[in-house]
Amino acid sequence: MPGAEGADTGVVQSSPNWLTTRLDALVNWSRTNSLWPMPFGTACCAIEMMSAFASRFDLARFGMERMAFSPRQSDVLICAGRLPYKLAPVIRRVWDQMPQPKWCISMGACASTGGIFDTYTMVQGIDNIVPVDVYVPGCPPRPEGLIYGLMLLQKKIRGESVFDAGLRVEHLVDERGLFLEPKVVDEISEPFGNSVAQTRSA
Amino acid sequence: MTPANPSVATLQARFGAAVRRAEVSCGDTIVYVDPARVHEVLAFLKDDAGERYDYLADLTAVEYRDRERPLEVVWQLWSIVRKVPLRVKAELPKNRPLEIATVTDLWQGANWMEREVWDMFGVRFAGHPDLRRILMWENYAEGHPLRKDFPLRGRFSRSEQVRQALTSDLEAHYSFEELSIKGAAPYLPANVRRDVEEHVHHGRGRA
Repeated sequence: MPGAEGADTGVVQSSPNWLTTRLDALVNWSRTNSLWPMPFGTACCAIEMMSAFASRFDLARFGMERMAFSPRQSDVLICAGRLPYKLAPVIRRVWDQMPQPKWCISMGACASTGGIFDTYTMVQGIDNIVPVDVYVPGCPPRPEGLIYGLMLLQKKIRGESVFDAGLRVEHLVDERGLFLEPKVVDEISEPFGNSVAQTRSA
Repeated sequence: MTPANPSVATLQARFGAAVRRAEVSCGDTIVYVDPARVHEVLAFLKDDAGERYDYLADLTAVEYRDRERPLEVVWQLWSIVRKVPLRVKAELPKNRPLEIATVTDLWQGANWMEREVWDMFGVRFAGHPDLRRILMWENYAEGHPLRKDFPLRGRFSRSEQVRQALTSDLEAHYSFEELSIKGAAPYLPANVRRDVEEHVHHGRGRA
């Protein structure tokens, strides 16, 4: 975790005392229970996401009272489904428009890794484009899977500190137009499974 | 075996050598036409009183694995009145520029299908009013993805693809002008524009 003891982060770290830990507990409690998701549904995972929001699974029980279709009023970006390169600048702009504090859930195999779509159209995992907090595996994950992912995210938020400025740093796209090092992008986009070095005529 | 569609005999009588051959495959009649005269043949098939293939069901292209084999452009026709299908194909040799006449003047619906064939296969449709990419974005630089020599993952490295996607102008992918009907008015075909104007001026009482 950034800002751990002893690390020179440039941020003034005071030792946790009763007041700050109580404040953290209060802030984290309120953030945990009022996560407003920004749904970015592009494929079949979105159907499971809608199901998770609807009456049977009812995410409102966990404080996700409404889907925020405006990125400016949302806390969690849920990318449900595959992300083609044509949509990559869109999700990046949606993420940039979301105010801090914000988190991101990558729902399903395609959003997390590109899934079976190891092709010229598909971003090989949205972590090439935006930082991801929780990956939900599945093809598609059942609503219970998404709920479990959101509860993991809530657990993660409960462990945060409002005094840790490192958590709220905006990871912007640099002047080269990348959010990660090119080497890293190539590495996490490496083919896997049986799709090595396939061409259409091979 | 299903007998060949009688339209084939009509075409052979009328266009002679421009109809190169015909075959029946899975019950569907396929006519191979000289690419230089395909527009003429299709116009005849559409407008002739005996043919009346008035509906262009699909327009696509096929490239085969055999590198010597020419790329085929396919027009799948259907006669709504006669309830008869006909498939017309034109072979484009790959050692020459892939170009063929547009049929947007016969069927307006061919517009986007020809754009798709251009986008995916790189076949130019001469006389098309607006030959742009339709599925890939306009400044897509890697070529025409459905060609056999196109690598499955694209020509660029993943980091380069991500970089191009993130640095591209979002409005170039999703242009608001394209969504505006008013802004599109000058680009409408003359007959549609006339109909729209008439509709605006005279209200809904035309029918």
